[in-house]
Amino acid sequence: MKKNYVGGKIFAALTYVFLYAPIVVLIVFSFNSTKSRTIWSGFTLNWYKELFNDSLIMSSLQTTITVSVIASVAAAVIGTFAAIGFFNMKKNWRSPLLLVNNIPVVNADIITGVSLSLLFVSVGAMLHFELGFGTLLIAHISFDIPYVILSVMPKLYQLDRNLFEAAQDLGCTWFQTIYKAIIPEIMPGIINGLLIAFTMSVDDFVISYFTAGSSVQTLSMTIYAMTRRRISPKINAISTLLFAVVLILLVIVNVRESRQYKAEIKKDKVLKGVLE
Amino acid sequence: MKKTVSIVICAIMLACLFSGCGGGKAAKVVNVYNWGEYIDTDLLEQFENETGIKVNYKTYESNEQMYSVLKQGGVSYDVVIPSDYMVSRLINEDMLEPLNFANIPNYSLIEDSLKNMAYDAENKYSVPYMWGTVGIIYDSTVVGEVDSWSALFDEKNSGNILMFDNSRDAMAIALKYLGYSMNTTDENELNKAYELLEKQKPILQGYVMDQIFDKLESGEAAIGPYYAGDYLTMHEANPNLKFCIPKEGSNVFVDAMCVLKNAENKDNAEAFINFMSGTQQSMANSEIIGYTSPNKEVGDVIDIDDFTKGIMYPDGAALAKCEAYINLPQETLNYYDKMWVELKS
Repeated sequence: MKKNYVGGKIFAALTYVFLYAPIVVLIVFSFNSTKSRTIWSGFTLNWYKELFNDSLIMSSLQTTITVSVIASVAAAVIGTFAAIGFFNMKKNWRSPLLLVNNIPVVNADIITGVSLSLLFVSVGAMLHFELGFGTLLIAHISFDIPYVILSVMPKLYQLDRNLFEAAQDLGCTWFQTIYKAIIPEIMPGIINGLLIAFTMSVDDFVISYFTAGSSVQTLSMTIYAMTRRRISPKINAISTLLFAVVLILLVIVNVRESRQYKAEIKKDKVLKGVLE
Repeated sequence: MKKTVSIVICAIMLACLFSGCGGGKAAKVVNVYNWGEYIDTDLLEQFENETGIKVNYKTYESNEQMYSVLKQGGVSYDVVIPSDYMVSRLINEDMLEPLNFANIPNYSLIEDSLKNMAYDAENKYSVPYMWGTVGIIYDSTVVGEVDSWSALFDEKNSGNILMFDNSRDAMAIALKYLGYSMNTTDENELNKAYELLEKQKPILQGYVMDQIFDKLESGEAAIGPYYAGDYLTMHEANPNLKFCIPKEGSNVFVDAMCVLKNAENKDNAEAFINFMSGTQQSMANSEIIGYTSPNKEVGDVIDIDDFTKGIMYPDGAALAKCEAYINLPQETLNYYDKMWVELKS
């Protein structure tokens, strides 16, 4: 028994090493004074300075963040309404539609990318528009929506069936029912979907590559284009910064949650005391 | 009520859809498509401030990728900066617009030896942006002194040799070593070069592209062909590394600025090309990129040590034997593809 316990600890440690060793290497080499990825030749903050002076990286970072924020918010709105619509359908309609919703999730990115690109190019030829920020944004919204629907649906199934009728009995219009009774109840699902959609958008390379056109470029595309000359340590620097931001956000969220949890326990105790 | 609201929502969504795509053509812009990590980005701002032309700047990682994006359609680049052989391919396929050199006075600053190169013999379509040579990078403490391609085919260096991981560059080395032109279409010569590569394969450590940086810097391999400008970054990390342009001659590459056929902003594109050809700008680029500027004034004013200068601005005698790629006929390209698949399998 004891031996197993040690084995488990080693296993856990190895898991963390495999997960985080690459990130540690990346962070360490963002401070390396030469461009080498293998030889440590001294500490420098130069790459961070160059990073902020590189207008191309900065503008593509801005594009990535703008697209991801708008696309994930739009997808959250559209996806939530779609999920509510699916939920209220008859079952023999709902099941096939949900299945169709799942296809983009499991489908290869490259197929989504190429087909969207073909669609935009052919429709664009008719309506006289070109690939650009607009098409990039539409592409992102469209591949984000299924994730929102997938995370909102379970919350809807958990809803009390009588909630709709109760709200309408109390004088809500159908829109107020959704807005005042349903949405607050399924909010955790929406937020979850929004976050997944956001990460998907930040992450995406293939679909953006095919739909961005000639005037905009996301960060992942900029990084990919660097591969001829070897990826610059500036990319290590920006990855380090992104990692740090995510880490800090996670810490804040966790601290807040544990504080809320503790506050609730305290409240419970006080209540108990009062009752007793 | 329900229906009206859903129709309104649909209408708004459609409106968003199209508003995002149209518009934005009134302001002065130029769409530039360049290699990744291939510019001093401060210059873009400087150009925007001086001319009031907004630069939409995008990057690619290979000539072939750029070519497929142009062919795919739906994009409207004005300036592209392909390498020599891709310039000639674009010319052959009628994808480039002849330049109006009256708008590009800085063309007079371009080194004469880089004008009218084989890929654009009458120099109607392109202005050189950066250039450089391919040479042998080697660790002299392991393989001794090197002045010929023969070192890459020498069994005493077995296991320490790296080779380009693409058919064109690999074949060019074999052809040059045999004393042929690297643009040859003669099947006999190509076969001999192929046999040489086949014989070389067992003594190679591997076919690589940018992994060569790590392998040579860490001493995992000791000799391999790569670009002069990139040698300088490797030398920073491993001072034992040396560089030579082999006596048989080598490949000189030129990346040149071109304007695409039917470019919407041709005047702005030419303003951009002219700006980038200026001495100050070309020098700034050369310092950031580490490749050689085609501007003849830069070599005199650039502030670099003699060692770096010797690598980046090689003397004419070494250059005289070097060749630039031109686009090969489809037949020969098919031969390359077939031979490369056989070699690597």
